[in-house]
Amino acid sequence: MLAGAAAILALVLGLLLAAFRRRGTASDEAAGVKVWIIGLGFVFSMSVLAALTVYGLFAGQRLMPGAGAGVEAGVGTRVGADVVSVSAEARQWSWRFAYDDRPDHITDDVLHIPAGRPVDVAITTTDVVHSFWVPRLAGKLDAIPGHVNTLRIEADTPGTYQGLTAEYNGPGYRAHVFTVEAHDAQSWDAFVAGDRQ
Amino acid sequence: MTALRRHRKLSAIWSSEPGFRGWFSSVNHSDLGRMFLVTAFFFFLVGGVLAMLIRAQLATPHSAFADAGAFAQFFTMHGTIMMFLFAIPTFEGLAIYLLPKMLGTRDLAFPRLTAYGYWCYAFGGSMLLVALVFGIAPDGGWFMYPPLTGPLHSPGINTDFWLIGITFVEISAICAAVELCVSILKYRAPGMSLDKMPIFAWYALVTALMILTGFPPLILGSVLLELERAFGLPFFQADLGGDSLLWQHLFWLFGHPEVYIIFLPAAGVISTIIPVMARTTLLGYGWIVASAVALAFLSFGLWVHHMFTTGIPLMGLAFFSAASTLVAVPTGVQVFAWIGTLWKGRPEMHLPMLHIFGFFFTFVIGGLTGVMVAVVPFDWQAHDTAFITAHLHYVLFGGFVFPILAGIYYWLPLVSGRKRFFRLGEVAFALIFLGFHGTFLAMHWVGLMGQRRRIETYDAETGWGAINLISSISSFIMAIGLAMVLIDVLIHAFVAVRGGRNPWKAGTLEWASMSPPPAYNFASLPHVTSRDAFHGDPGLANRLAKGEGYLGDPQSARRETLTVDIATGDPDFMVIYPGNTRLPILMAAVTGLFFLSILIKLYWLTPLALAGVAALALVWVWRLGARTDAGPQDAGRGVTLALAGETEKSPGWWGSVFLLVANATFFGSLLFGYAFLWTVAPGWPPQDWLAPSLVELGIGGAAALTSALAMRLAIRGNRHRARPLPGLAFALTATLVTAVTFAMLLSRVPPPDGHAYAATLFVLGSYALCHALIAGLMLAFAIARARRGYTSPARQAEFHIVSLWTDYLAVIATLSLLAAHLPGFLA
Repeated sequence: MLAGAAAILALVLGLLLAAFRRRGTASDEAAGVKVWIIGLGFVFSMSVLAALTVYGLFAGQRLMPGAGAGVEAGVGTRVGADVVSVSAEARQWSWRFAYDDRPDHITDDVLHIPAGRPVDVAITTTDVVHSFWVPRLAGKLDAIPGHVNTLRIEADTPGTYQGLTAEYNGPGYRAHVFTVEAHDAQSWDAFVAGDRQ
Repeated sequence: MTALRRHRKLSAIWSSEPGFRGWFSSVNHSDLGRMFLVTAFFFFLVGGVLAMLIRAQLATPHSAFADAGAFAQFFTMHGTIMMFLFAIPTFEGLAIYLLPKMLGTRDLAFPRLTAYGYWCYAFGGSMLLVALVFGIAPDGGWFMYPPLTGPLHSPGINTDFWLIGITFVEISAICAAVELCVSILKYRAPGMSLDKMPIFAWYALVTALMILTGFPPLILGSVLLELERAFGLPFFQADLGGDSLLWQHLFWLFGHPEVYIIFLPAAGVISTIIPVMARTTLLGYGWIVASAVALAFLSFGLWVHHMFTTGIPLMGLAFFSAASTLVAVPTGVQVFAWIGTLWKGRPEMHLPMLHIFGFFFTFVIGGLTGVMVAVVPFDWQAHDTAFITAHLHYVLFGGFVFPILAGIYYWLPLVSGRKRFFRLGEVAFALIFLGFHGTFLAMHWVGLMGQRRRIETYDAETGWGAINLISSISSFIMAIGLAMVLIDVLIHAFVAVRGGRNPWKAGTLEWASMSPPPAYNFASLPHVTSRDAFHGDPGLANRLAKGEGYLGDPQSARRETLTVDIATGDPDFMVIYPGNTRLPILMAAVTGLFFLSILIKLYWLTPLALAGVAALALVWVWRLGARTDAGPQDAGRGVTLALAGETEKSPGWWGSVFLLVANATFFGSLLFGYAFLWTVAPGWPPQDWLAPSLVELGIGGAAALTSALAMRLAIRGNRHRARPLPGLAFALTATLVTAVTFAMLLSRVPPPDGHAYAATLFVLGSYALCHALIAGLMLAFAIARARRGYTSPARQAEFHIVSLWTDYLAVIATLSLLAAHLPGFLA
């Protein structure tokens, strides 16, 4: 995307500067419209944009496991056997996580997930608008009062991932962060069984 | 009459009061355009200082310069001031100053409205300045998302300053937009058909129409949020049937068109300057007009792209993503048409052209990062990072500030009548250009590294320190460059040597006026036969000064101009303008009192202030008109025209049409909000509906329709028998019955602070009641005018204006009643 953008920028600036270098005869209006407006204005920009949009949609679907049904308001995300469901509730300024697999357990500012399995995070808030964002696992999704938004995340390897709030939510915004602990299968089972925090 | 005597005579008629007293009573578009621009640049300085404070804070990790609270005020006010108090007023000022000159006429359609708009802007802006000085400025981010800005999470007065101050300022945007629409369509030199209009006028027309349809959703959102904050009407509270997403929709319904409202005038400046600098004509005039119109339409389909991360279904995202990239096509057409124009001619590198070069470089990068952000998966990562901040500054600084700087240097010789002397401008450009790119390229970079926007500081371990320092230092270089532009302009305005007319050899009519232009613009109005009216006809200026055009014979002490047919440009009516008056500033002050009373919760003052506004409005319109028929008037060059007051579609009628367009958008947004809450918000349906009543529905609807029909009766009665009074009295009665129906409806609405449904009904009913009262007031006014002899079968313009408002009342009253009663019937 960056290379393409640079090429277009170079093209536009090149044409611009060439206009100052050129000292030929003035071209007529009809020919100018054909070349500049139809050719470059329409055909060129349309084809670049069409390619980009199609690419974006396919990339968007690939990022969303479950046949592209990844981001949907409320329920309705397709749940396979393998999918783990957790919920994230934001408030000024902390995150509270709960787990379908371990109903009695709640963790603050630390989200536990299994590595290598898709996780659906049901995101909501008790006060203002927040946004759930773990940059290395997925894009962001807003926490909106009265709504539950579901985001599919997946960690390929066990480890600790940094999570952030990404919508301004008052003076505590900067420090409103959390961590995601991705467990291997064994330690996830232990977590679900309640052996460790 | 010699040219000099004509000049003296016209100056005596048209001049504002001398000295500073003239500032308060002037209704002249050149005066007010300059006042708009100076005030807007003052706010640009204030916003710039805030930007410097932000960059100073972010220059190093763990800076102790500002705490989170102060920092929130900095970034909120920086965005707010730049958007609402700099960019939009700069467009208004530029258009108000230039358009009558470019269109070859003497003033805008409604001179007193120009002044009223300016004072609303000045007073509303001052409110926000006061908040800033006392450290109680808005702090919820410039797009003010509730519930963070709601009564529970922002109990202080900070947010109220934003909602009330900005709504006050938006009155001026709506006034200017109405006025520009009517002026561009009707107030042109004879012969200037639509296809011979200067390209800037087309851009201004499209922009003004966008303001009329883009601003009402935001005004509605502000009204609703203020009602929630002041009286607990829960429009945005999820537990009481409201939804904070409603604000996001209303805000971005305004916010995305806003980007193009800012860009299009700048594109108009570019389209004007480039052909002059290239010594040729604009390539593809019709194509450019078409792409400006296409841009306007597309931009209203884009608001959701600011909400990609709010959990909208993927199909919806696909649609809005495609629309977001599609908007790049008309932009691309314009950019390539401009480059094609340069190729067509022989471009010269003067200072305005340097800034246009700055525009191309910056805006194309901004557009390309914009296309990246329109790709949904990318946006999920970049959203709310410094990458977005950098992108929007490339678009706004590249797409607005550079073109405006080009425009300043291009039109400065016209405004001042002087020649640039020192070469300060070139150095300033270099500093601005380098400083800007240093600042914001760096910001793209830290954004991709994960720095969120709006954080007040960051840890040293993030590794963002060096990049932020580069960004901050560059921003100060840019600030020095902008300060040099200011010094350059001041030197130019006060001490530079006098220059000749039309230094750029431009073809548009503003250069056919004197430099600096006199209060009346043209001693006589030209007859336009080509798009570049002044180009092949250098003797035009002298002939106009000698009075060889239209209206070149100032016999009475009237400020005269003429209007034309919209499409063909044939002259149709003569207009007599009102003279200097302090009424606009007084009316703006009383309007300000209304807003102030809500801000500081002095509610006993609110109805008094409203009554004051209504009384002044009546004085305002009462002063126009005459008690005898004037008959056909000599307009010069063998043309005789009727006065505009003796026609059906007077300027006031056109003004009402455009005001009602904005008003209908407001009403439509309200209905959208109602439907949105009903279908999307949690906590619906409400516990109890309004008890439906066929009687109320029937009487209210019938009365509103009757008032519209009776008004037609009055017009017929006036035309055929000079007896408008029976119809008017009938219409007034029907209007009052409508008002009473809505008052009853309001008394039956469930407690509006209990559920968003009741709150919405309350607003809907109040809106209709308010319009019934407005129509009633207008009818009472028309009756008084008819009784005092201000109307006749010829002097009928006022009846047609009132008829528009009774028609509008009939439509909105019926829709409001249906919206209020139907759910109860269905339940």
